[in-house]
Amino acid sequence: MTTKRHYFLFISFAILLAFFFSMDLISGQVSIPLKEVFKILIGHESSKSTWDYIILNFRLPKAITAILVGMGLSISGLLMQTLFRNPLAGPYVLGLSSGSSLGVAFVILGAGFLPSFLNQAVLSDYGIVLASCLGSFLVVLAIMIVAQRLRNTMSILIVGLMFGSFAGAIVNVLSYFSTAEQLQKFTFWSMGNLGNLSWNSIGILGTVVSVGLLLSLFSIKSLDALLLGENYAKSVGLNFKKARFIIIIATSILAGSITAFAGPIAFIGLAVPHIAKLLFQTSNHKILFFSTLLLGAILMLICDIISQMPYLSMTLPINAITSIMGAPVVIWLLISKKNIQ
Amino acid sequence: MENEIILHSDTISIGYASKKEKIIIANDITIQLQKSKLIALVGVNGIGKSTLLKTITGIQKPIEGNVYLNNKNIADYTAKDLAQQMSLVLTEHLPPSNLTVFELVALGRQPYTNWLGTLTTEDLEKVNDAIRLTKIEHLAQKKHFEISDGQLQKVLIARALAQDTPLIILDEPTTHLDLLHKFTLLQLLQRLAKETQKCILFSTHDIDLAIQLCDEMIVMTPEKTVQASPCELIKNGTFNTIFDDKSIGFDQQKGKFIFENR
Repeated sequence: MTTKRHYFLFISFAILLAFFFSMDLISGQVSIPLKEVFKILIGHESSKSTWDYIILNFRLPKAITAILVGMGLSISGLLMQTLFRNPLAGPYVLGLSSGSSLGVAFVILGAGFLPSFLNQAVLSDYGIVLASCLGSFLVVLAIMIVAQRLRNTMSILIVGLMFGSFAGAIVNVLSYFSTAEQLQKFTFWSMGNLGNLSWNSIGILGTVVSVGLLLSLFSIKSLDALLLGENYAKSVGLNFKKARFIIIIATSILAGSITAFAGPIAFIGLAVPHIAKLLFQTSNHKILFFSTLLLGAILMLICDIISQMPYLSMTLPINAITSIMGAPVVIWLLISKKNIQ
Repeated sequence: MENEIILHSDTISIGYASKKEKIIIANDITIQLQKSKLIALVGVNGIGKSTLLKTITGIQKPIEGNVYLNNKNIADYTAKDLAQQMSLVLTEHLPPSNLTVFELVALGRQPYTNWLGTLTTEDLEKVNDAIRLTKIEHLAQKKHFEISDGQLQKVLIARALAQDTPLIILDEPTTHLDLLHKFTLLQLLQRLAKETQKCILFSTHDIDLAIQLCDEMIVMTPEKTVQASPCELIKNGTFNTIFDDKSIGFDQQKGKFIFENR
């Protein structure tokens, strides 16, 4: 019974993913017919050369970024929720994105203090990704230490909140000392943006996200064991420290690399695993992994489509859309779920 | 009889060792756990029952001496090998999740499954056996948070059975249960020890029940730790030394504790 339902859901999600992917490609300020989009995608010339340009250099990279971001953030949230035994955990809520922001802020705003040859190296894609991953890694480590002392769900969230304001304060101090140009660059980054990524950057993001997802895939069994709590997990033969290390590395490179390229994106990481758990009614991570992956991609594509509504002359910041959709989910979770201690 | 011993220790001291000092909680302990036996570990709060269980299960090392599982030092086992030799039922609460009873029991198969945790037909057979033996078939499709404490305790025992280990160790499985459920739970453990030929060790405060149902008991008193059958322990008056208080004594004829209200 349940497996039949799961197959049905998986097939519908795959269809939905294809649907919203094409929707994302045809929607925007210039409307391009679906037939033409397909022509371009399989390598033929379309009727207008500007369409070729728009699809191949603007919309396709953006749609792929949306999928990578949605998948990566959602899986990172799923890992954190199980590892910290906390249904409200997610890369944004627990301050991983703040950690990444801080890393990026140091790079963008602080690069001026470095000699010019270092400046170039640090401000490259690689420099920003590294700083961002490092930032989120440090925050997960800190949360892990706190989580070992405080078993209470809410205190971990408060710690995440504190990291957020701490990072915010440091960013404020940094921006006080930086130039208008640097400040503008950082502000645009912090609003979140799926576009503006070159194929080269997408290559880097895709590689790093794939590594993170692969590590998560290999953690499925450990995550299932962790549903019993740490001590039971150890008693069924789990090498807890190793498993935890892999999970933490996976979370921080997923959240870190995505934040580096697309800016801090709120609530996707928290909300998507819950929607998956709700629809699939299971805690089995083999099912949750793939459903979260698909749902994350779908939801992010939807957010991207909304952010460029045809009637608006400009695109809305993606972070605003995800927050408007995600914040109510969190409140609803807090109020309605009995299973939160 | 020699080959029926699953776990034994030479004379060990248990406690906590830090860099600065060693705190010994109890010493001069020798234990021997044999196949098909139900064994209770009793003693007052703070006497070191949990520490002894942690030492036997390899979670912490003895201060002196060694614990041997199948004649191999328990410290030399990897987590996975150990998981195929002993399974645990702990007192801690399960974190919130959507796990069904069946899935929970199936997690006991983790030491045997592949990297994705896929259940083979053999795994499914063992899981179903465990569910049948503990008589929780009617609960199998329920979520683990929907059932009562007594039922959950049985489910956790089923999970330990599914792990298919010669030794099962339970930490205070009868707390939070009413008298009837305490009795039926211990009866279940007794039946499992006989039917599956496993050794089952559990710590408990229900000494009266343990005396009636167990094959052997390990009694921890401030002076010493003794392992023997309930009858021998009654004869040599060990139970009288458990509680260091005059208002409670052990009646050898009735085989139970009596309180003197003064």
